[in-house]
Amino acid sequence: MARTWDNHEEYELTSLEDAFMSEFKIAQRETNNVHVLELKGYLDAHTAPKLEEAFQNLLQSERYKIVVNCKDLSYISSAGLGVFMAFIEDVRKKQGDIKLTNMSPKVYNVFDLLGFPLIYEIFNNESDAVKKFFEKAR
Amino acid sequence: MKAQKLNIESRTDQLVAVREFVSQAALEFGFTDEEVSKIALAVDEACTNIIKHAYKFDSRQRITISVREKNSAFEVSIRDSGLRFNPDEIEIPDMKEYLTYYRRGGLGMYLMKSLMDEVEYDIRPGKKNEVRMVKYRSR
Repeated sequence: MARTWDNHEEYELTSLEDAFMSEFKIAQRETNNVHVLELKGYLDAHTAPKLEEAFQNLLQSERYKIVVNCKDLSYISSAGLGVFMAFIEDVRKKQGDIKLTNMSPKVYNVFDLLGFPLIYEIFNNESDAVKKFFEKAR
Repeated sequence: MKAQKLNIESRTDQLVAVREFVSQAALEFGFTDEEVSKIALAVDEACTNIIKHAYKFDSRQRITISVREKNSAFEVSIRDSGLRFNPDEIEIPDMKEYLTYYRRGGLGMYLMKSLMDEVEYDIRPGKKNEVRMVKYRSR
């Protein structure tokens, strides 16, 4: 079947401004021995290595109680989901965990589509996730 | 909706432009924000697969993304001239097994098939590879 796309108008990338820039930032802090990563922006194949590096650093410094706050995470693709998959096993072997919080419905839907809520604990707010580590510790 | 295309270099920093292009076209077509997000994600996944697997991060290569209305549905085509592959040989993960063994990879194609109504590959060795995806109008 012959198909031609030659009559398509070339798209001009003129509106590629701040709103769509592939910004991704990670802020880190520690609360009661639990390490919190706050993700902001767009987590795709371009930005996923940043998150990978953050997890690597945590594991190297033997921090295994990790909460990932997704409040300002606007977007996630499978490249980002793959990072969570890459580290969860190692973290749990060390009696730690990666708990996720504050996801927007849009981001949650992607996790849900892949069945991730079956292996990750996802909380509405960060303090519940932090508390859960202490419940286990007792 | 007018038929449009975007030609990019095969680099992950171009994914943001891909999502913008597809989102604007899908909005113009009349999809809801939720549907627009799904389409943009599916196209991101298709391009990511090409950048990683077909072109193996060779940024001199190019990818063309085209959108148009076809039979009242939204059709997007993503073309590359990279390494051929047999889509039937890519194992779509059994998600239960996947999660049990913490496997990686194959998630992109799984998402594309979950997010779109049709996903079809046209692999022509030495010429062009094309993946066409269709999303129907809701109702």
